[in-house]
Amino acid sequence: MAYLRIPDFGTPPSRAEERVTLFIDGQSVTVPAGTSILRAAQTLGTAIPKLCATDSLEAFGSCRLCLVEVEGRQGTPAACTTPVAAGMAVATQTPQLAKLRRAVMELYISDHPLDCLTCAANGDCELQDMAGAVGLREVRYGPEGEDHLDLPCDQSNPYFDFDPSKCIVCSRCVRACDEVQGTLALTVENRGFASKVTPSQGELFLASECVSCGACVQACPTAALTEKSVVEIGQPEHKVVTTCAYCGVGCSFEAQMRGDELVRMVPWKDGKANHGHSCVKGRFAWGYATHRERILKPMIRGSIDEPWREVSWEAAIAHTAAEFKRIVAEHGKGALGAISSSRCTNEETFLVQKLVRAAFGNNNVDTCARVCHSPTGYGLKTTLGTSAGTQDFDSVEHADVVMVIGANPTDGHPVFASRLKQRLRAGAKLIVVDPRRIDLVRTPHVEAAHHLQLKPGANVAVLTALAHVIVTEELVDEAFVRERCELDAFHDWAAFVAEPARSPEATQAITGVPAAELRAAARLYATGGAAAIYYGLGVTEHSQGSTSVMAIANLALATGNFGRPGVGVNPLRGQNNVQGACDMGSFPHELSGYRHVSDAAARQLFEAAWGVTLDGDPGLRIPNMLDEAVEGAFKAIYIQGEDILQSDPDTRHVAAGLAAMECVVVHDLFLNETANYAHVFLPGSTFLEKNGTFTNAERRIQRVRKVMAPRNGYEDWQITQLLANALGYPMAYADPSQIMDEIAALTPSFAGVSYDKLEAMGSVQWPCDAEHPDGSPVMHEAAFARGRGKFVLTEYVATDEKVGPRFPLLLTTGRILSQYNVGAQTRRTANVVWHEEDVLEIHPHDAEDRGVRDGDLVKLASRAGETTLRARLSDRVAPGVVYTTFHHPLTQANVVTTDYSDWATNCPEYKVTAVQVSPSNGLSDWQARYGAHAARRRQITSAGPAE
Amino acid sequence: MIRVFVPGDTAAVAVGADEVAVALTATARGRGLGLELVRTGSRGAFELEPLVEVETATGRIGYARVAAEQVPALVAAGMFEGRPGHPAWIGRPEDLAFFRGQTRLTFARCGIVDPVSVEAYRAAGGWRGLAAALSLGPQGVVDAIKASGLRGRGGAGFPAGIKWATVAAASAPRKFVICNADEGDSGTFADRMLMEGDPFLLIEGMVLAGFATGAEKGYLYIRSEYPLAVRAMQRAIDAAYAAGLLGADVAGAGIRFDLEVRVGAGAYVCGEETALLESIEGKRGQVRAKPPLPAHQGLFGAPTLINNVLTLAAVPFILAEGAKAYADYGMGRSRGTMPIQLAGDIRHGGLFETAFGVTLGQLIDEIGGGTLSGRPVRAAQVGGPLGAYFPRALFDTPFDYEAFAARGGLIGHGGVVVFNDTVDLLQQARFALEFCAVESCGKCTPCRLGSTRGVEVVDRIAAGQRREANLALLQDLCETMKLGSLCALGGFTPYPVMSALTHFPEDFSPARRPEPAE
Repeated sequence: MAYLRIPDFGTPPSRAEERVTLFIDGQSVTVPAGTSILRAAQTLGTAIPKLCATDSLEAFGSCRLCLVEVEGRQGTPAACTTPVAAGMAVATQTPQLAKLRRAVMELYISDHPLDCLTCAANGDCELQDMAGAVGLREVRYGPEGEDHLDLPCDQSNPYFDFDPSKCIVCSRCVRACDEVQGTLALTVENRGFASKVTPSQGELFLASECVSCGACVQACPTAALTEKSVVEIGQPEHKVVTTCAYCGVGCSFEAQMRGDELVRMVPWKDGKANHGHSCVKGRFAWGYATHRERILKPMIRGSIDEPWREVSWEAAIAHTAAEFKRIVAEHGKGALGAISSSRCTNEETFLVQKLVRAAFGNNNVDTCARVCHSPTGYGLKTTLGTSAGTQDFDSVEHADVVMVIGANPTDGHPVFASRLKQRLRAGAKLIVVDPRRIDLVRTPHVEAAHHLQLKPGANVAVLTALAHVIVTEELVDEAFVRERCELDAFHDWAAFVAEPARSPEATQAITGVPAAELRAAARLYATGGAAAIYYGLGVTEHSQGSTSVMAIANLALATGNFGRPGVGVNPLRGQNNVQGACDMGSFPHELSGYRHVSDAAARQLFEAAWGVTLDGDPGLRIPNMLDEAVEGAFKAIYIQGEDILQSDPDTRHVAAGLAAMECVVVHDLFLNETANYAHVFLPGSTFLEKNGTFTNAERRIQRVRKVMAPRNGYEDWQITQLLANALGYPMAYADPSQIMDEIAALTPSFAGVSYDKLEAMGSVQWPCDAEHPDGSPVMHEAAFARGRGKFVLTEYVATDEKVGPRFPLLLTTGRILSQYNVGAQTRRTANVVWHEEDVLEIHPHDAEDRGVRDGDLVKLASRAGETTLRARLSDRVAPGVVYTTFHHPLTQANVVTTDYSDWATNCPEYKVTAVQVSPSNGLSDWQARYGAHAARRRQITSAGPAE
Repeated sequence: MIRVFVPGDTAAVAVGADEVAVALTATARGRGLGLELVRTGSRGAFELEPLVEVETATGRIGYARVAAEQVPALVAAGMFEGRPGHPAWIGRPEDLAFFRGQTRLTFARCGIVDPVSVEAYRAAGGWRGLAAALSLGPQGVVDAIKASGLRGRGGAGFPAGIKWATVAAASAPRKFVICNADEGDSGTFADRMLMEGDPFLLIEGMVLAGFATGAEKGYLYIRSEYPLAVRAMQRAIDAAYAAGLLGADVAGAGIRFDLEVRVGAGAYVCGEETALLESIEGKRGQVRAKPPLPAHQGLFGAPTLINNVLTLAAVPFILAEGAKAYADYGMGRSRGTMPIQLAGDIRHGGLFETAFGVTLGQLIDEIGGGTLSGRPVRAAQVGGPLGAYFPRALFDTPFDYEAFAARGGLIGHGGVVVFNDTVDLLQQARFALEFCAVESCGKCTPCRLGSTRGVEVVDRIAAGQRREANLALLQDLCETMKLGSLCALGGFTPYPVMSALTHFPEDFSPARRPEPAE
């Protein structure tokens, strides 16, 4: 494979177009101007000794090992900090250099413990390598001098240790934190010999500003920063490149293995989504795969009041098939449905919807995108013609203005956030539209030019007011509009937004955004150069979610921000494969590639391939399935990898729907909250245990590779296949690549995708077809997918969810860095040290009005329900707004959220709930009842030895 | 009205000048006399401080080493009239041999003019450089600096004109001029004296640098150990703004130049230009690798001219009197004058500005008058803590960049520290390494680790342990630091060490360093 040892060129590549030819040890080499001598030498395969240089960081010049001689120049310049020059003649090995390098190594080793044989980095230590490379043979300084060998090891971080006695103060960790991650949590304290790397102001790592992204650990050339797993297990002996299964950034990782044991996950330098960077979740929080609570044997039970019984796979599949057949016989085929998982692979998701359409014989399939980005699908398809972000992540490097709307990248999409912050530190301007003062608004060396701190629910009014300014102040890119957009629609839209009632001044009372600030932001967006919009669930999870998405597209259309790097409209998608799950036809109304089920031509293609007749009418969405279940028409559901009880709104309604079904099949890693209402539990496989592909938020299709055998016995696609066969619909895939071949054959935008291509290219961005054989980093380059861009009128309609005397505050919800969604995985890792429980952020004024102090237990009540959690006083939220996360089942924040949803897609209105907060002295009734219920319904009786 | 001048210079204040000023005011009031007391800088003959001067028809008459308690008697003895007779009376200071032997181009006004008065500066010939520059234009100014042969007075001696031309040629939306006033070398005080005594000269020099290079903003980076210089510069800057000589329209010429004082935080290494940039940017004072040169990518990434106080203060003369007038002084490639600072065990310590070319021996024995203690001179360290120790045998070296370099030394910032025959050069070598260990920014390995190891090795030599092996190790270490260090701090620490070893081997010899009895 091409993924083995990747050489370190020492300094980042130069982007200059001018080429320079020089001579290194007599060999001629031509490189871009601005390249370092160190990098130029490495391109020839000439390794100049180095310790402080690594090609993910700017040259620093501190170790003084890479000194070289340059003909005609005095002294011994460092190869890392000296750029090449035409005709330059460099000598990398001379007697003088050999002596110097040995002397520098001698100094290093005079202050380093000589415990190589028992050191965790033994065999993976650059200091060790360099001592060998320079031929160090003695250390003449003797052991009696000053040293740092007695400095205590900081073991506070749950995932890595910092042993300063092994630190060579090369600052690679400090620079990685600054340049790559952008948190600037590390520094060197003191001067000279006393120089010491330290987190924050001499704090322990855990107590510091460190976000545990792992960049420092990766950058460390010695054992000073080492993963605890390496200390415990030892050095890995082989590695497999795969894709992270957390968020939609889709970071590539090397799973570094020792036999079938995972030693560590290290971000892959050639990963095109992450370029060698990671966050605390992907880098470290994979221990859930071997957590003791993971279910490895299938289980069934007659009713949810009974304990679970472990059974064989054959029994479980046969039981499920029998139940489904019985229910179809009694209630008709419309009583069955399924939910595919955005956490599973494209191949697995494709099979689930195939199971529904071909084996169940209906279109009752939905996916978790229903509750996150379904408005993106609707809005972008309507305006642009396809349901996906327009750019690749690299595009942000070309942006001059970035508008972040309803997204919190430093928590939700941390690796992208680091790229964004790099660009912002380099001078791009930032506009944040968010009810909460997210970290990006002001963080070291980054400050938003404008923070439009709107009231929750006012998105459309704000976006339309921005459009008002752009139109009335004549900032529209008329040439672009004329050339690329539908003109009639534009004129209608321009007249619509220009109406005085939609001005920032007229809507200020609704939006809460000062008109002058909004106007300034609009001018910056329209005139500041290449302008890119990144948005998240703060846009979509509203009653007007789809309208907001279209309003965003309108802004980008009006200003010509499409079709090139640095611009575009970019949903930051939540789940690792939510883009893929949508692409694969997981919605009840769409076949793969977003073709409506009523499209007879498309249907025929599938019918021919699958040998069945397909239903031309859309099936049930998740909320419809639950409604129908409560009403008695919907009886059985197969849920792959989603915990709808915890994640979907109005928990009590979800519980009622599930309780009304006769056969709930949960296919998951853990007995999640939904499983408390299940009759069949099919143990799932983790991303480490399967082959397949994920598609990230930039439409990048990347391989997921099996690094260990599935502990539950099967990869998830195999389980779906077993079920299909048991239901009498034959599936006989031997390998997921065959599923991808079928996807490619049936889906125009995937026509050119195959495992061979992914192997060769590493990854590819759809559309990948005859026209774009290498995929499409940027969409809509010459024309929009729908032809001409379409402006859509975006009338602001206030949500029905309104504050009043009973519920005077607005609740909005979100995520935190260390936890992931319902927490099924991250709660089963050491990440809990950062976030043990969900807390309610409340403005000090609102807290004081209610007699609530920081840390108090409070009751959070809405018309849907109530829960209790701890209050945290914070001015991140404006007065009148409260905020919480939904990571913990004990809190069940969604008990409080309501059944209101997006008018077009039913995406729930998670982001706006009218609530009241009051002091509390214990769990809510629901929490108490649910806790007892959950404990009872998780009981398992092991099958006896002789049945 | 009686006009009396009392230095407010740190050196004078340290020996009681403030108390003398109070006593003068009180005495005058007691006698019902109208007194105008002007706090000047120091003229630089420190043995005379506090030097009180009284304005008379025949010029300013000096009274040396005045103590506050002497003031009533001095006044009674006719001090306010400049009457001689009292032992403190020295007549006109400029008639003293120490001053008559000097060529004061840069320090022409220092100790004479009122340092808070724009007008006093103008009356003494100030702002003529600016007037000349406005007629020459920016390129003309750069050409004049080149033609003058002025070299960087901070230590490196880089031709100022080339640096100015580089920044002037850089195309960038903003540029900066920085004055390096982080004067940290042992035995040096010229920057401080000038800032306390003639701050408008430096302001004029910086305005000229901004005009020539296209920079509209200047920073004056002053070490925190110079509180009086910080105050003097700030007062002068405020006065210059009030007089329209700084700000949006300097001297009504349509050019903008803003000037801001930044105070260091006690790190010697922040006198290194790139560490200084980091410090102004609010970061840890750590050296940057070059390239990029600050002239291309300096403060906040913008082209930046960094010059020492003495370099910038030499500029107004060059513009006012012409490049040739300046270049006519000096020898070889060292043109103009150098404000030399005489310190250590020396009878006539202080500031001596003279054309390049005077020998080290002349400076110490003739001008300096030999040691204050009366003991024989054994060594002199020229150029600060990183300068070489010269033995008497090298005292014929002329004060000239190339002549000193040819003998393994440097003139640096012009500090001369004299040592008598009691000095132990092994301990001085150790001090150099210890100084480096204390002041190293910690970035590069040779300096960060090497300095501490060097101290340990010298201690072993001092204790007679494995002398030959440790001497060889010390020489290897010096070579490593010299060739391997990132900046001049680590790179020049070997100079005092190796010069001590080379010129004073007897201090390292077994005779003086016997092996300990086991």
